[in-house]
Amino acid sequence: MRAVREMTSGSPTGAASTLDVAALRRDFPILQTTVHGKPLVYLDNAATSQKPQAVLDTLSRYYAETNANVHRGLYQLSEASTRAYAEARLRVKNFIHARLKCEIIFTRGTTEGINLVAQTYGRQHVKAGDEILITHMEHHSNIVPWQVLCEEKGARLRVVPVTDAGELDLEAFQRMLSDRTRLAAVTYVSNALGTVNPVKELVAMAHARGVPVLVDGAQAVPHLAIDVLDLGCDFFVFSGHKMFGPTGIGVLYGRAELLEEMPPYQTGGDMILSVRFDKTIFNSLPHKFEAGTPDIAGAIGLGAAIDYLNHVGLDRIASHEAELLRYGTELLHSIDGVRILGNAAHKASVLSFVMDAAHPHDIGQMLDSEGIAIRAGHHCAQPLMERFDVPATARASLAFYNTREELDALGKALERVHEVFG
Amino acid sequence: MAQSNRALYEQVILEHNRKPRNFRGMEDADRRIEGHNPLCGDHFTLYLKLNGDVISDISFEGRGCAIAKSSASLMTTLLKGKTVREAEDLFVQFHRMVTANPDAPVDEKAVGKLAVFSGVREFPIRVKCATLSWHALLSALRGTHSSVSTE
Repeated sequence: MRAVREMTSGSPTGAASTLDVAALRRDFPILQTTVHGKPLVYLDNAATSQKPQAVLDTLSRYYAETNANVHRGLYQLSEASTRAYAEARLRVKNFIHARLKCEIIFTRGTTEGINLVAQTYGRQHVKAGDEILITHMEHHSNIVPWQVLCEEKGARLRVVPVTDAGELDLEAFQRMLSDRTRLAAVTYVSNALGTVNPVKELVAMAHARGVPVLVDGAQAVPHLAIDVLDLGCDFFVFSGHKMFGPTGIGVLYGRAELLEEMPPYQTGGDMILSVRFDKTIFNSLPHKFEAGTPDIAGAIGLGAAIDYLNHVGLDRIASHEAELLRYGTELLHSIDGVRILGNAAHKASVLSFVMDAAHPHDIGQMLDSEGIAIRAGHHCAQPLMERFDVPATARASLAFYNTREELDALGKALERVHEVFG
Repeated sequence: MAQSNRALYEQVILEHNRKPRNFRGMEDADRRIEGHNPLCGDHFTLYLKLNGDVISDISFEGRGCAIAKSSASLMTTLLKGKTVREAEDLFVQFHRMVTANPDAPVDEKAVGKLAVFSGVREFPIRVKCATLSWHALLSALRGTHSSVSTE
């Protein structure tokens, strides 16, 4: 955390200063490693991000010094563990600017958060003939849970189209909201294209028709400052591992009024007040939705990731990433036979592309031999791939620790791909 | 190119990828089968004409990575005029080679031209690419399914 401290002490307001990326990179042990004898160039951040030493230290310190189960023991360690777990929840609440701590439910990740809402709120409210509205750019995790629910209930899944530039068709969204719509589930940032959707506007449109909105924030949290009250959304889900935290921990934010009325998702220990064979009384929020021993270390690790992000500064991250995106876009345009998919006016730092000469998997393989890690595939967004008539794309997704030099390495390697396969 | 990729992307593979052989549909095919790898989005259609138990014509179309495409292409060139039994035997040898330990010697007599795919042994994830068209072929020959999937 040395780099971060120097930076923040030098610039208490933080707005105008730029990132000292070289110093920040030293906070990430994995970024010091080599692959096939070459320095690792990690450009697969939309799949998962790397972890700073501060998060790693928090995890190992938790297990070395604080480990005990939460909400149970009447001993010092358990109290410390319970307190740390509660503090992590508070950090998440502040991070997304929720109103109440109890509106923060820890999950295994975005996927579990969406399934939780589909299986509780969804099953409670969706009936035969009803509609659920999603978009053509959703990740499979924000398609399939709704599809399964619709099949079960005899409801209809409606899909808002995407333009050739990769933007959501807002007029269609407006038009497709109907009296039968029970929920709209939209991604904030497209994992496959990088498109940033105007979520606040979408929520306003939906609410005008009395439709609640779930926002898939998985790809938004590492790039954008989140304010769920300002967005106005009813549910907001994300994963820790995409924002420099550990895998296995995620968050469901829900408005307390909605969460209160929803039935539990899983049942068991910790989510009960009392159990008798004739009647069990469920615990209050957030515990009602956290059956069993939670991922205590994961939650605390996520709290450390939030601290880290706050120290780096999401505003500085945004300006550095915007500059990288601009540079990377120009670079890819300059290479023969490369076509970028997703040219939205408002984009996160994701470069999804195809090459005339080489299949994305061959591109990925060639890049790997240069130590460059990108994703090649359908990015769990097969309907979107079909929309653009490609089987797959190659995707370089950037984080704040990426540099121009790394993009230059990508460009050089792609030139070579063009030579070999062209 | 780094050493390992040079071994994977042999010139023969790159050449078949650029100019795949027997890359066409076949309206009067006796057998037609889809082969796809849902993880890659790769998708080929394989066409066969059989004269008794001899493969009298074979072609394919679709899209996929260089390994999948060149493997399908090379397969079609090797199997025209071969019996069903010979095709199955060749697949067994080919499969044995691409799933073998990277250090194991390649039995060039058994696999013939398919030895160019020995580099795949270093990349287990690409075995599916190399064998996609072969799995489709086997299924077509046995006439059991109208499509095969690697998953």
